[in-house]
This record gives sequence, structure tokens and C-alpha cells, in this order.
Amino acid sequence: MSSAASLTSEHLGISFGGHKAVDDVSCAFHAGELTVVVGPNGAGKTTWFNLISGQLTPTTGRILLGDREITRLSPSARAKAGIGRAFQLTNLFPRLTVLENVRLAVQAREGQGPRLFVKASALSHLTDEAMSYLEAARLGAVAHLPAAALPHGDQRKLEVALLLAMEPKIFMFDEPTAGMSLDEAPVILELIGEIKKDTSRTVLLVEHKMDVVRALADRIVVLHNGQLVADGAPADVMKLELVREIYLGTGAEEVA
Amino acid sequence: MSLAVEQTGAPRQLPMGRLLVYGTVGLIALALLFAPFLFPDVRSQEVAARICVFIVLAASFDLLIGYTGIVSFAHTMFFGLGAYGTAIALKQFGASFTSIALGGGAGVLAALVLAALIGLLSLRVKAIFFAMVTLAAASVMLVLASQLSEFTGGEDGLTYSIPRLFSPATELIADAEGKAVKLFGVALNGKIALYYFVFSSSLALFAVMLRIVASPLGRVLKAIRENEMRAEAIGYRVVGYRTAVFCIAAVIAALAGILRAVWLKYTGPEVALSFDIMIDILLIVVIGGMGTMWGAVIGVVLMTLASYYLKDLMALGAEATASIPLLPDLLNPDRWLLWLGVGFILLVYFFPSGLVGTLMDRDARAGK
Repeated sequence: MSSAASLTSEHLGISFGGHKAVDDVSCAFHAGELTVVVGPNGAGKTTWFNLISGQLTPTTGRILLGDREITRLSPSARAKAGIGRAFQLTNLFPRLTVLENVRLAVQAREGQGPRLFVKASALSHLTDEAMSYLEAARLGAVAHLPAAALPHGDQRKLEVALLLAMEPKIFMFDEPTAGMSLDEAPVILELIGEIKKDTSRTVLLVEHKMDVVRALADRIVVLHNGQLVADGAPADVMKLELVREIYLGTGAEEVA
Repeated sequence: MSLAVEQTGAPRQLPMGRLLVYGTVGLIALALLFAPFLFPDVRSQEVAARICVFIVLAASFDLLIGYTGIVSFAHTMFFGLGAYGTAIALKQFGASFTSIALGGGAGVLAALVLAALIGLLSLRVKAIFFAMVTLAAASVMLVLASQLSEFTGGEDGLTYSIPRLFSPATELIADAEGKAVKLFGVALNGKIALYYFVFSSSLALFAVMLRIVASPLGRVLKAIRENEMRAEAIGYRVVGYRTAVFCIAAVIAALAGILRAVWLKYTGPEVALSFDIMIDILLIVVIGGMGTMWGAVIGVVLMTLASYYLKDLMALGAEATASIPLLPDLLNPDRWLLWLGVGFILLVYFFPSGLVGTLMDRDARAGK
């Protein structure tokens, strides 16, 4: 570990009625690094993400953002501290417009939410900022539709646009291309590539697709049955017998 | 949402639903503004004043259920706190504006504290448990109001006098003979002053609520209604926002209670605290359209007119159809609740998002 870690998972674990969904996972992440988390279904990847972004509270271990312990913070406090999370199942504000979805994220980051006696429509810089994130996510043309009216691929893009609008230090993507068509997925990957260019950012990505992993990963972490079983450079991790077994297994499922 | 639709600027049909809603609300506002001159009889005055107060009460409930998705059964409790505070002070300390300010202020403060307590203790739990907690609190308050009869007058309630300025015997502008000057044949007496006190206070409170729903906070409330978990994940402290809006709505309801108490010169469980009122405002918001504000206006007018005038209308109908078998029986004024019920079912069936909600949705779809 050359530089100080931007995010640390220390002996992190959670049990659901005796079943250890995440079991003593220790791992440190660094700015400028994109880490892909792989593992078969049920390995605990999403649960681990939920522990880090605060949707679940761990039964063991600590989470550090830089030097600051955030283990007991609420999800909103973690979001303000710089942890941004995109979700595996599309998780938007369905009856609000695409623009309003992103505007809400901008408004939250700028701390304008509690303002009571100013007209929201008068804060045009929020709208302008929101539009710029939508343009980046190639959603400018559908800004005025309700989020629920978008096709699945566009909803995934909106999910990424929301994350961009939060301007976090830690970007967490949970299968951002899941269920997307082949011609749509590259837009998302391009966006993630863009995010990665800024070396002050730390990117965590759960992904199954082999080509995605090869194209983006600086480092691969493998989870299996809730435990961290491998961690290293992509070329090294891919070679491991255990990884080939569990990971190529899921890879084959993906193809089918 | 509306902002975004307007920005498209593409040629499209006139927003008929929107025009219809704003037109109706405009007419209602004009009718209420000139109510003492348009409908000078005593009963119409009662109806107009009740409409003013209930628009505030229903709209503040809409802040909770329509905008934020909070189901509360304690809204009339806050209304009652404002009303009883005012009533007890007027009874104990005499008919003065100081009594109204002190008693009403105490009622509003009690509503605020209680709302903050209920909110912080239980807005973390699931919606259904929160609804139960509010139901329990409201029941306790009803029992207290009837048990502490020394202060509250129990089931009979309290009758009291109000400041002289609001008495029908007071001339606002006296002519040479010392009688109240008449305008359009209506004497400008204290009753008029009282009506405009109720009207302008209600208007101001409604304007405040319109401002709130158009503010950044209003946007957050909608986000919480749509997806609580994601609102939290992008950085909004959901419990805090929920508690805040619960307190705001409680304070506004208590202020409406003050108006009700001053207008009626009577406060009792029936008019300020009962679950009948709770059900009324729930129906009003559902019929008018949740999360629209204007729905509260139209819903209150419909409900109030129906409950005051449906019987009269039916009596007329029964007379007119006297020669036809069965119909006069069906139209007998005693069966007015039956027809009110039929009306509700039809409204909910044809306007699933409420009158205002459905009309505006239609525009949004036509605009695409």
C-alpha cells in the first residue's frame, strides 16, 4: 500500500440469522484505482456494498473513509461525506422527470434541500448543472420524461447520471450494465472510463462481463461465500485456479 | 414536473385540464372573496367560512399524505389543539385578542412539540406503525378532551364570546345616524370583519403552503414519497425531513383550529377533534387529488356543498318526481348519505388520481 487508503473495509462482516453473508472482509482502496469486485451470485458482493454505503449496519468490523470512521453513519451522512452508490436494480424516483431526478442529487450535494422559502425553479444553476450531467450520460433529449417512462437502458444511464451528480470521492457501481443491450453498454463503460481519469477518485465496480473487467480493472477482488478469497492485479488474479473455477463458471452462465 | 413540460415549447394542444382546474379555483377564490355580499344569508356565511378553514386543514394534510407519503390520523388532533387552546383562553380570560393570541399560541406550541415528539420517536418505523401511533395519540386526545371537562366542557364543549370587533352589533363604519354603513345592501358590521379575518388568514396560510411545495424542500418531500431509500442514498436525511414536514403540517392545522374556534364561538369534540373530521379531510384529499394542493380546494368545496345542500336538492327532486313510482322514495332527503356514497364511488372510479390529479395527468399525456 503505497499511498494512504481512501476507503478501508476492516474485518467487515454481517450475519443474517447465523448465515454469514459477509465474513471478515478486509480490504483497502486507493484514489485513482478502479477495483472490480467479482464472485458468483450470492457471494456477498451487493451486501458488502450495502455495508459500505450504509444501507446495512455491520455486525463486525469498521469502515474508514480516509482516516474517518463511518461505520455508524446513516446513508445520507455517508453520501455527504463522499460515498456515492449506484444500485443493481434500478432505483430511481419513478414519477419525477429525468431532469428532476438528477436535480435532486445536485440539490442534495449543495445542501439546498432544507430551504423553505425560495422557489426551487429560481435556483436555475441547479437545473443547469443537472442538465450537464444528463448530457454527459446522453440523456439530454429525454430530460422531460418521467423516469418510469424510460426504456431499461436509459434508466441504467440515469442511475449513473445520479451518481455523477453527487460528485462523490468513492464511486460504487453495482452491475451497471446488467440487462443492457450490447449497443448500449459501451456508453456506460465510456462514462466509467471518464470517471476513472480523475485520479482523485476511487471506483468500485461489481461486474460479471469479462470484457468489461479486462477493459477497466486496475485490480480485482474476488468474493466467495462472503469471504475475500483473492485480491490483486487482473492478470495475476485471473490465473488463480480457484478464480477460474468460480468466476469462469459464472462467465459461462452469462453467455447462456 | 410541470416546469419541465412547459419548457418543451413544442406546439401541442391547449392544456384543457390545467385551465379547467385553475379556472375552477379562480371562481372559488372570487366566490369566497365576495361571499358576504354574494350570499348574505347566515347559512351561506357558515358554509363559506367552513370552506376557508377546511381548505387550510385539508391542504396541510395533503403536505403529509400527498407530497411526502406520510399517513397520519392525528391531523384533527392538531386542529383541535389550536381550537381548544383558543376556546379555553377565551372562556377563562375573557373575550380579547390577547386571549386569542395566548390561547391559540399555546395550542400551536403544543401541536409543534407533540408533532416533534411523535415524529422523532416514530417516523423511523414503517408507515403502518406510524399510522397506528398517530391513531393512538388522537384517541388519547379525544378521551382527554371529554374527561377534563372542567377545562374543555367535556362532550358539550365550550361556548364563549369573542372580541367585540367581531360582533354583529359592531359597526365598522357608522353613518350619521350611528348605524353601520351598507355596501351592496349588506351592513358592514363585525360579522363581516370576522369573515374577512378568517378568509385572509386562510389565504395567507394556503399561500405559505404553495410556497413550501414549490421550494427545494418541497422537491425533497416528493423524492421521499417516490423512493425513500434512494432519497437517503443521495444525501437527504429522510427522518429529519419527515419530522420537519410533520411539524409544519401540525402547526398549520393548529392555526386553522384557531380560526375555527373564533368563527364558531363554540368548540367541542364534534367540530374540532372527532374522527369524522379526520375521515372528511382524508376523503377531500383523495377526491381532490393527492399531492396537488389545488385538489384540497376543489375537494373541500365539493364535500362542503354536498353535505350542506345535497338534502335540499334531493327534497326538490323528490317533489318534482312525486308522480313517478319509486323515484321520490329514492330521492327522499333522508337518503342523502346513500347518494353521497354513490357520488364518491363514481368519482374515485372515473378520477383515480382525484379530480385535479386526473385532469392534470391527462394534460401531461396529451403534451407528449
